[in-house]
Amino acid sequence: MPVGAGRLERYIAGMRIHATVEDALDRLEIPFDALGVDPYGASKRHLAVALTAMAALYRAYFSVETRGIANVPARGRAMLVGNHSGGIAIDAAMVVVSCLLEMDPPRLAQGMAERFISRVPFLSEWAVRAGQLPGLPEHAERLLEDERLLMVFPEGARGTAKLFSERHSLVEFGTGFMRLALKTRSPIVPLAVLGGGEAFPTVVNAYKIGRWLGLPYLPIVAYGVPLPLPAKIEIEYGAPMRFEGTGNEDDEIVHRHVDEVRGAIARMLAAGVHRRRGDAQTGGAD
Amino acid sequence: MRVLVVGASGAIARKLVARLGQRGHAVVGIDRRPWPDAPVEFHEVDVRKRAAEEVFRRSRAHAVVHMATVTSLAVPGEERHRINLGGTRAVFEHSRAYGVEHCVFVGRHTFYGAGPDVPLFHTEDEPPQELARFPELADLVAADLYAANALWRTPGLVTTVLRVCYTLGPTGDGTLARFLRGKHVPLVLGFDPLFQFMHEDDLVTALTSTVEARPRGVFNVAGPQPLPLSRVIRQVGRVPVPLPEFVLSPLLGRLGLPRLPAGAVAHVKYPVVVDARPFRQQTGFEPAYDELATLRSFAETFPAAGAS
Repeated sequence: MPVGAGRLERYIAGMRIHATVEDALDRLEIPFDALGVDPYGASKRHLAVALTAMAALYRAYFSVETRGIANVPARGRAMLVGNHSGGIAIDAAMVVVSCLLEMDPPRLAQGMAERFISRVPFLSEWAVRAGQLPGLPEHAERLLEDERLLMVFPEGARGTAKLFSERHSLVEFGTGFMRLALKTRSPIVPLAVLGGGEAFPTVVNAYKIGRWLGLPYLPIVAYGVPLPLPAKIEIEYGAPMRFEGTGNEDDEIVHRHVDEVRGAIARMLAAGVHRRRGDAQTGGAD
Repeated sequence: MRVLVVGASGAIARKLVARLGQRGHAVVGIDRRPWPDAPVEFHEVDVRKRAAEEVFRRSRAHAVVHMATVTSLAVPGEERHRINLGGTRAVFEHSRAYGVEHCVFVGRHTFYGAGPDVPLFHTEDEPPQELARFPELADLVAADLYAANALWRTPGLVTTVLRVCYTLGPTGDGTLARFLRGKHVPLVLGFDPLFQFMHEDDLVTALTSTVEARPRGVFNVAGPQPLPLSRVIRQVGRVPVPLPEFVLSPLLGRLGLPRLPAGAVAHVKYPVVVDARPFRQQTGFEPAYDELATLRSFAETFPAAGAS
């Protein structure tokens, strides 16, 4: 077990949410071995620690509201494709928790971590133990072929770099995810995350200092301390989208498919913004 | 079948010789290291020497298994290079010249290299990576590629290039076994890569199936699923000692820590994990030991207390 895990585990063990998370982890349909490690290096023990902390944030801090979870296939390969918002990837962590706590049976959403993470001590170790592999196309393809649930944010680091004023916008989507979906015949579940921008209102990104620290950029918030605020986060899963093809299509065709997915996310975002501006009571219809 | 095993005195090679014999094959062994009381016809000769060619000529082997490559980094670079590349060349040239039907090169999965941008579960079509950081691996990579060249250079000779993951077992032989010998095993602080290993008896099974099934091509060979290095260390009763990289690098080889070249630190920091499904499909190989049984087998022969 890595340094510090024991203490953290004991500290968190007092919380009731720990039991809920452990129960969900036990019901995951993932081939953990006798030591609780899966073939990709995800570890039940680490997942319990990391996801308990994240689940506590999910329930108590961001009061996350998840809609349309039934759109996520219960089994088999699928891609969750969503928007990024908020200077650090809280949105990804909340999506992972929502699939674990709101689905029955629960599923482990596996993201493609920013590549710089694999060079960072502890962070790289914990990312892999929590099922979040370095963002390499080989990993994405293999997970899908292994019938796992892949989580993709096609905006990449440019997505998390959105400033507060840009929080409801979408930057350009990469096309890699679509070619992969076509090649592996995976359904795409579009998802919209709202509130990440409020939780982590980036005023400006310090690119130079970031590079200096080995990060893509360093997000700066007005209140100084780079910790998220307890803003309400909403996650909405849209109806699964299927595209036919081989993954070797011309860019034009792939771009058209990507735009469809982007459009679906944009519509959910717009509706969400409207809802949040309008009245809070009409929310939570799901 | 008549099988010539090159590098027959090695710990795992001896087991292979015994297994092939049990399965009714006639075995001849070659090694420059002695093997007193060898149970089969054995020639103590360097495969690069004239006398070895004689053995190839007279043995009229159907299959050759080449296990005479050196991975030990204790052997100086130039010498290793001569053994690994020169020896492999001799094996393939003699095989072609003396009517061998099937030649098996036993290489290592470290061929692929370890690094932050290297994916898990390498497939056979991937090139070797990160050679720049670990030039000590160059001779093994070159030997592997040279052997694979035989696939088109000598199409009449069925060639199998195997890239085998780490082995563990009661012989205590091999890179990972040596790394785990001491009571304290170093880790790079904050990194805990997946390690892929198989029981040495399972490797013997895999090599036997290779000789019998004659698959043509390059194949990764692995057994059970990989485990994080820290779990491997704990399961064999050792104590992981996580050290920051800048502390670890200069300490290697001292204070009872294993000796490793600078480039090898990447192999303790990042995973080398292969996809071995094609080999299983082609040969029907199934490992008999899972990851825990493999570790237990090593730990029983080498309990932590008695280790140096």
